[in-house]
Amino acid sequence: MNTFRIGGVHPHDNKEFSAHKQIAAVPLPQKAIIPLVQHIGAPAKAVVAKGDKVLVGQVIAEAGGFVSAPVHSPVSGTVAKVDATTDAWGLPMPAIFIDVEGDEWLPEIDRTADIKTECTLEPKKIINKIQAAGIVGLGGACFPTHVKLLPPPGKVAEVLIVNGVECEPYLTCDHQLMLERGEQIMLGIDLVLKALGIKRAIIGIEKNKPDAIAHMAELAKKHPGVEVKPLALKYPQGGEKQLIDACIGRQVPSGCLPIEVGAVVDNVATLYAIYEAVMKNKPLISRVMTVTGKSVKNPGNYEVRFGTPLAQVIELAGGIPEDTGKIIGGGPMMGRAMQNVDMPCNKRVSGLLFMKKDESVRVEPENCIRCGKCVDACPMGLEPYMLAKLSAAQNWDKMEQLNVMDCIDCGCCLFTCPSHRPLLDYIRYGKGKVGGNIRARQMAAQAAKAAAEAKK
Amino acid sequence: MKIILISLLVLGLTGLLAAVLLYLVAQKFKVEEDPRIDEVQEVLPGANCGGCGFAGCRAMAEACVKATSLDGLSCPVGGNATMTKVGEILGMAAAAAEPKVAVVRCNGTCEARPKTSVFGGTRSCAIMSSMYIGETNCGFGCLGCGDCVAACQFGAIKMNPATGLPEVDEEKCTACGACAKACPKNVIEIRKKGDDAMRLVVLCVNKDKGAAARKACQNACIGCGKCQTVCGSEAITVAGNLAYIDADKCTLCRECEKACPTGAIHGMNMPIIEKAKAAAVVEDAPAEGGKKGFDPRCAAIIKSLPTPKAAYPNMLKMAQKK
Repeated sequence: MNTFRIGGVHPHDNKEFSAHKQIAAVPLPQKAIIPLVQHIGAPAKAVVAKGDKVLVGQVIAEAGGFVSAPVHSPVSGTVAKVDATTDAWGLPMPAIFIDVEGDEWLPEIDRTADIKTECTLEPKKIINKIQAAGIVGLGGACFPTHVKLLPPPGKVAEVLIVNGVECEPYLTCDHQLMLERGEQIMLGIDLVLKALGIKRAIIGIEKNKPDAIAHMAELAKKHPGVEVKPLALKYPQGGEKQLIDACIGRQVPSGCLPIEVGAVVDNVATLYAIYEAVMKNKPLISRVMTVTGKSVKNPGNYEVRFGTPLAQVIELAGGIPEDTGKIIGGGPMMGRAMQNVDMPCNKRVSGLLFMKKDESVRVEPENCIRCGKCVDACPMGLEPYMLAKLSAAQNWDKMEQLNVMDCIDCGCCLFTCPSHRPLLDYIRYGKGKVGGNIRARQMAAQAAKAAAEAKK
Repeated sequence: MKIILISLLVLGLTGLLAAVLLYLVAQKFKVEEDPRIDEVQEVLPGANCGGCGFAGCRAMAEACVKATSLDGLSCPVGGNATMTKVGEILGMAAAAAEPKVAVVRCNGTCEARPKTSVFGGTRSCAIMSSMYIGETNCGFGCLGCGDCVAACQFGAIKMNPATGLPEVDEEKCTACGACAKACPKNVIEIRKKGDDAMRLVVLCVNKDKGAAARKACQNACIGCGKCQTVCGSEAITVAGNLAYIDADKCTLCRECEKACPTGAIHGMNMPIIEKAKAAAVVEDAPAEGGKKGFDPRCAAIIKSLPTPKAAYPNMLKMAQKK
């Protein structure tokens, strides 16, 4: 069975708590807070002001650049203010506050459950619609999708790789989405194939979801060019570069995007959103997220409108369990522990995980025994022990030479370390510093160029 | 016997040849160096702390010899005595630099600033500040992991376990600025020591609006501007909801300290003024575990988690010495 070639670890998947739980809708909040930064790239700019009436699906903030995405109102009501709120880590972020009144939608949005299969739009129109709907990669990184569908000149897309892997332990939202809304995902794949002008798509699904593999394979029979590829279990298979290697056996070079090897990768949830946007005119205003944990009362998969406070979702899942030590936004491997639960749901939140007190205590680090397990586990072929050490010594130049910017924050090194060393803490800190240095260099080069041109 | 003679002769001649060659090369490629550099370096303390702004004492000595006047050059460790000696060697008058000291501008003690979470990761301020706001709801103040303590070569800064804040031993502090550089939140300021080490300082760097700042910490500066109003020497500026006292203009009258409703202004090394702290500037003072945020039950749980030890204790020290 296929999988990626370099590194990887096998954490226990713990998906039984919320697997096969029907997607449940979370009731509308009374006050919605919609963050303006829900994607990678330039922040969106608010186009509404205090007192404005908004409908569901109306644009409330427009994209701040090409690599950016607009934000649509997920609720109907009156704008209370445009102000800063705190994110899950206590840091300020700009947001639009809306007092919810009723649930009135823009008239052009098709709210019926009918499945529309016919699409007569040209490829360019499809991409425009995706861009206008504010669709970003719902797998976790939130990279604006339209950017992926417009390859830079000289690069040709050959194959669409669909990410149905969900390699993060505990999370089940993509699995359930494939089971319940597989047909729509298939239509989304057809739309993206048409937009890219290609004929081949591969859906990668890990073998711990046999029902999803069977269901999608059955549906794929009706869609020529779409193939389902069962993959062996290994984390981080859902990483873009790892998935490409697992599905088509090509490795993306260091510092390059997947388009370099002719691949475009999209998550199943993104494809569902694309179907909704193109065929039903429904912008991205909600997502399916998993609320789970060993002692959660009603773990499950919830469809949440953006702007709903996470506290409300938690209440629906039975409240914070008594023995909680940590609440994690996302999965246990890549997710970060949250400082508060006041943050509203947004495009980034793929899950909430309640870890028990005894699970959430880190083991005391011991000395490095030079076993090299972290080097074996790193899916990007880096040397985590060395990067962590260099970060502690603040040797940023050497870290850059050792390709720290290729690190995908997957946490395999920390997971596998027998001495429980906090490798990722140091690497991530160093990566931030190196990234800052690189940006500063680019800015200085740009300024020098501009100055030279001004002289001319 | 003959063999011994020959070997002696050959070795002796080779040695002589090499000596002559080395002498000629040394003459040819001689590097002219001012002998005064060595003299000056001899006088400098040799701590290589970098507090003067140069890479070490040697670099400082070179800079002193090259300079046309000693203005702006000062050794924070040796102080004025050392600079006078340097001036004597170079035949220049040393400008008397005012002694400085590191001041931790945060008074967010454990009682005043309740913890709302416990950081489970590596105990380093740099790493903590790159991850999230920190263990309290104040996004500006001291994080309390002691990066400054690790940075200090003189053992002048120590964590006070009672307050969770670093404390500066003013006798030992040389104002080299290593701690200020190590602090990711810029809490530490290198400030004029003042006459008899007396100075008035705003012990807060929180730029949040008054209500938010007060909610996070009872000792926070709320930017109300009362100090600015009572100050007779225009030494206080309030910018971004935060007051700052200019040490050059301050006359140590302590009117601002008396006027401050939250007690953010401190007269350091001065007799304590007994006064009733204004109880409620902001109606809702911090509740148990922070009013906003985690379920209080949760806060209680995470409070009980142990804190892990540092993974690279020596590396951090090395980095700061570099």
